[in-house]
Amino acid sequence: MDRIPILKLGGALIVTIQVDMHDRLALALEEDLTAMIARTSARGVLIEISALEIVDSFIGRMLVSIAAVSRVLDAETVVAGMRPAVAITLVELGLELTGIKTALNVERGMALIQARLSEEDDGHESDRDRHEN
Amino acid sequence: MKTDGAEVLSKTVTQDEAAILDAWNAALREGTSLQSGRIREAELQTQVKAVFGQIRDALASGGLDADAAGFASLRETLADISRSRAIQGFTPTDTANFVFSLKEPIFDALKRMLDGDATALAAGVWAAGKVLDRLGLQTMEVFLASREEVIGRQGQEIAELSTPVVRLWDGILALPLIGTLDSARTGVVMENLLQAIVDEEAEIAIIDITGVPTVDTLVAQHLLKTVAAARLMGADCIVSGIRPQIAQTMVHLGVELNVVSKATLADAFAVALKRTGRKVVRQQAPAEERR
Amino acid sequence: MTVTKTETLPVRSGDDVVRVRQRVRALAVEIGLGLVDQTKIITAASELARNTLDYGGGGDVCMEIVQAAMRKGLRLTFEDHGPGIADIEQAMTDHYTSGGGLGLGLGGAKRLSNEFHIESTPGSGTRVTIARWK
Repeated sequence: MDRIPILKLGGALIVTIQVDMHDRLALALEEDLTAMIARTSARGVLIEISALEIVDSFIGRMLVSIAAVSRVLDAETVVAGMRPAVAITLVELGLELTGIKTALNVERGMALIQARLSEEDDGHESDRDRHEN
Repeated sequence: MKTDGAEVLSKTVTQDEAAILDAWNAALREGTSLQSGRIREAELQTQVKAVFGQIRDALASGGLDADAAGFASLRETLADISRSRAIQGFTPTDTANFVFSLKEPIFDALKRMLDGDATALAAGVWAAGKVLDRLGLQTMEVFLASREEVIGRQGQEIAELSTPVVRLWDGILALPLIGTLDSARTGVVMENLLQAIVDEEAEIAIIDITGVPTVDTLVAQHLLKTVAAARLMGADCIVSGIRPQIAQTMVHLGVELNVVSKATLADAFAVALKRTGRKVVRQQAPAEERR
Repeated sequence: MTVTKTETLPVRSGDDVVRVRQRVRALAVEIGLGLVDQTKIITAASELARNTLDYGGGGDVCMEIVQAAMRKGLRLTFEDHGPGIADIEQAMTDHYTSGGGLGLGLGGAKRLSNEFHIESTPGSGTRVTIARWK
């Protein structure tokens, strides 16, 4: 079965969705990401969806649940590059992507994650029991 | 003896072609089409010739049913003509008269041809009337449809023209809305704004509603949807220019506009600059430099 | 109103849902729907196809290109022979779900379409028709 590749870059995981999402693929991605966050102690997850032509409630639910699981594992989720037509449709559908940050593109998304990382490095490093490398 | 109107008509049109054409051209010349200056005589004559040839052929192929296959190419030619009439701004009367003014020449030709045979004449006239009326109606249908198309396109153009998205600064867009927002227009507004956000990689969009006369529940909903969609794409919106009366009405209506809002476009712009890490400062002592 | 083209596809697996989306897209492009309208009708189709699959136990979708006066439209009819819906009003309510979904399928599909029609008989199935006009 195909899987969507997950890249690790610094403290962040990057996923770009380039294919028409079918349900099994979405479920597999959710599982893989969760495992990967736990394994790498990533602090941010960037999901790039500019190639995605639709987001229905199933994919929306997947995004929301990835964000929720990530948060529990102390990682922030950013969805980047949503197309205008997709955004309009999601609003009309009534789906709110609660708990998800959004960014116009990968660059902005990475900046959001970096900002969070450096903020924490400056401030509360001692508060946390972090195991890096 | 039973007289076939279609046959009589077809024969007359074929045999008396030159006279009918002359009379038709004369009738058209007297009409208002040419006087309006929207079409030149040469062009009109070309159309007359083409249409007449096709009427003759269609009649020869048999039948009086103008919706039948034998009339297909004639229908197309007439549709083309009335479409161009609609675009050139002809009146419906002028457009319909193009076909209807052929009636008299044909009736006259039938009279010349069937002098004395009242039954055949009646059958021929009835046949000609039937065909030409149907053709005239088809012409009108196409004419109206084309006009509607023109109106529809203009509506679309107005909607697009009236919602310009302007770039105030790197990453800051403004959308000054003027006039009433209905759902059709909001759709265009929303699409334009969101596409501009992508194109300009804008972080902040200011929706200025100074020019919107009333904000009711529906308009508020449309605004909120636009803001929500922009947020999903990773951009923030600020609404500016809510006039005091509108703010009051909104509160009374129970409309909650759960977005960042500023009194004026200038205030909103200042906020946008601040959020993107910029500020406007006065140049140091410009007056002294000039001295 | 005349139907100028008809296609039927089965909705029996997750892959069928993807196929339905692809065909709906092709037909939406064919009648010249704008990008946003395309996205809306495809998303609505995706929601309804998944309902047919998850709640109706599978069924079929009939896709038609319809023409009324000057306008062209795309009409989709999803039909299953599942348990049906006892309380349609409740099923249409946002965030109501009988089976672990988000409960946005029916209400969402309605908001994304120009026309929406649902009929259901408990015990014998559900039929949902939506249309989007150019």
